[in-house]
Amino acid sequence: MKVLLAKPGLDGHDVGVKVLAHALREAGFEVAYTGLRKSIEQIADQAQLLNPDVIGLSILSGSHLILCAKMRDELERRALNIPWIVGGNIPDQDVKPLIELGARCAFPSGTRIEEVIRYFEGMKQSAG
Amino acid sequence: MTNGESKKEQTADVKRVFLESGIEVKSLYTREDALAGNPQLDAELPGQYPFTRGIHPLMYRKRPFTMRQYAGFASPEETNERFHFLIRNGQTGLNVAFDLPTQCGLDSDDPAALGEVGRVGMAVDSLDDFERAFAGIDLSKITVSMTINGSALVLMAMYFALAEKWGYDLSTLRGTAQNDILKEFIGRGTWIFPVDKSVKLVVDTIEYCARNVPRYSPVSVCGYHIRESGANPVQEMAYAFCIAKAYSEETLRRGVPVDEFASRLSYNFDIYGYFFEQIAKFRAGRRLWAKIVREDYGAQKEESCWLRMIAGGGGAGLTKEQPENNIIRTAYFAMVSALSGTQTMALCTYDEAYTIPTEKAAEIALRTMQILTHETGVCDTVDPLGGSYYVETLTNQFETAIREEMAKVDNWGGIVDAIASGKVQEAISQQAYQRECDVQQGRVLKVGLNAFHSDEDRQEISFHPYNQDAADKQLARLAQIRANRNALEVDDALNALRLDAQANKNLMPATIRAVKAYATVGEIIRVLREVYGEYKEPVFFNYA
Repeated sequence: MKVLLAKPGLDGHDVGVKVLAHALREAGFEVAYTGLRKSIEQIADQAQLLNPDVIGLSILSGSHLILCAKMRDELERRALNIPWIVGGNIPDQDVKPLIELGARCAFPSGTRIEEVIRYFEGMKQSAG
Repeated sequence: MTNGESKKEQTADVKRVFLESGIEVKSLYTREDALAGNPQLDAELPGQYPFTRGIHPLMYRKRPFTMRQYAGFASPEETNERFHFLIRNGQTGLNVAFDLPTQCGLDSDDPAALGEVGRVGMAVDSLDDFERAFAGIDLSKITVSMTINGSALVLMAMYFALAEKWGYDLSTLRGTAQNDILKEFIGRGTWIFPVDKSVKLVVDTIEYCARNVPRYSPVSVCGYHIRESGANPVQEMAYAFCIAKAYSEETLRRGVPVDEFASRLSYNFDIYGYFFEQIAKFRAGRRLWAKIVREDYGAQKEESCWLRMIAGGGGAGLTKEQPENNIIRTAYFAMVSALSGTQTMALCTYDEAYTIPTEKAAEIALRTMQILTHETGVCDTVDPLGGSYYVETLTNQFETAIREEMAKVDNWGGIVDAIASGKVQEAISQQAYQRECDVQQGRVLKVGLNAFHSDEDRQEISFHPYNQDAADKQLARLAQIRANRNALEVDDALNALRLDAQANKNLMPATIRAVKAYATVGEIIRVLREVYGEYKEPVFFNYA
């Protein structure tokens, strides 16, 4: 299963997303990571190019609602039907709006790595 | 009991202990251990080369460390209000935090700035924003510390342009900029240009300041963010020194004598970790840096050899779980900082892991430092741990370990190449992963997180709501500035900047001219991006 991890927006906190990339790779997933400060358009470009099974957005600046609304629009515009999830500094009250915007799941910072991996494993099984 | 038996008892059942830096800790240290690594031990005094015990003879006996808090204000007006408040209350320094678009060299109306204008600090588009932020302030009476890196050339130019416009003499102007771009490629991430061009711009500011603004501190080299990204304490110091050497050697190549700039370089280091290891780290670092500046660069002035620092923060040592525990942790960190002989101290607030610090939390952080200063007696004598067999032995071991780590970087082709190729970032990210595994699997204990925790420990993450009104005002002002400035003057200044960049000249004079014409941060950075190109992050994760 192919995972595309991405950092939209301007925040430079990439320790977490890289730790997750290592963990997913170790758990047997194929992982690509975009690097910092990608626009939603650039992330969609990468998704079209790499054809991942799932996209993970890492956002710690507080701009997750604005960026995820863009994500929904961009994927719709390109008719890309790739599930996406979001992780980072996500307040509880923002989880529901994020799901409504189309995120499959939202992991606030502090989530245990194995929990995230279990979620991806579950996606793998339901897909396969 | 015979001697042999007691020795057996000491070694048989005692589990081995290793510090984060890999140094093994013995169960007992003696004078022999301390002397073995440093025969000069008894002769070392504070205020004397190589300054292991402190850069001043009297240290806190004369003046305690400065206590500093990092804070961001969304608009130039709020920053201005804060300045006036502080000055009324007898303070003379303020940190200025900038929003992410400013830090990344983007104007507030850039599409990428959407939702970020004024969010984590002051939005700055043109000199007009500085004129409002510093209105009514006597620039000769305050020192402004700017946390700015990728676009530091422009923001420093703005400060100098402002001072010149208002009739101040640059030769007496004081202040500091973080302006350590190399660490941005490792952690923090506000890089813009390719690594070598980024270094060139930092050196432009050092050279310009040495010749024109000699009391300004143009660079604060940050081991801090490198450590927060996953480096161990030896790597933190080693990479920071390699970075400082890269800037210094390029400055020397431009013909600036070491004694004209070295004393204006300072450091920013982290304080979380094992107590004695941290203290040894700073003592060893101070000694080693002094030796590098004197032995490698031939510095004559004592001040050139001083490792001046802010030892603070500690964010990566704190937990989101049971956050009140962080108050205790930061109190220990503060003690580390004081026992290390720091010039300046700052602490993360206990709630920083999940929210923008509340006022209460910021106050507790300040009170923690004040209690340390005034109630514990830690400032009463210089380097109170000097002569401790353990601390002195560790200090010696650390000096050796930092040198070895620096040699490793040399083998990678030097820090600039090692960062450009991603070797440093890869090593650190690998370590951050290892560390996280150790915490999650309980090999490293964190109270309240993987040990002694309860079920109700979950903390709600929260943010200040985004201030759309303030952002709209900023956009309106930017549009107004663009409409009212002399377009010809702006074009001329930007063209001159482009020519200087192409000719590889020092860009500070042309940047000062451009900001005086009200060219914006985004416009200036765009010109340089066209000449230099952009940094491409090395890719570690891709499909096979």
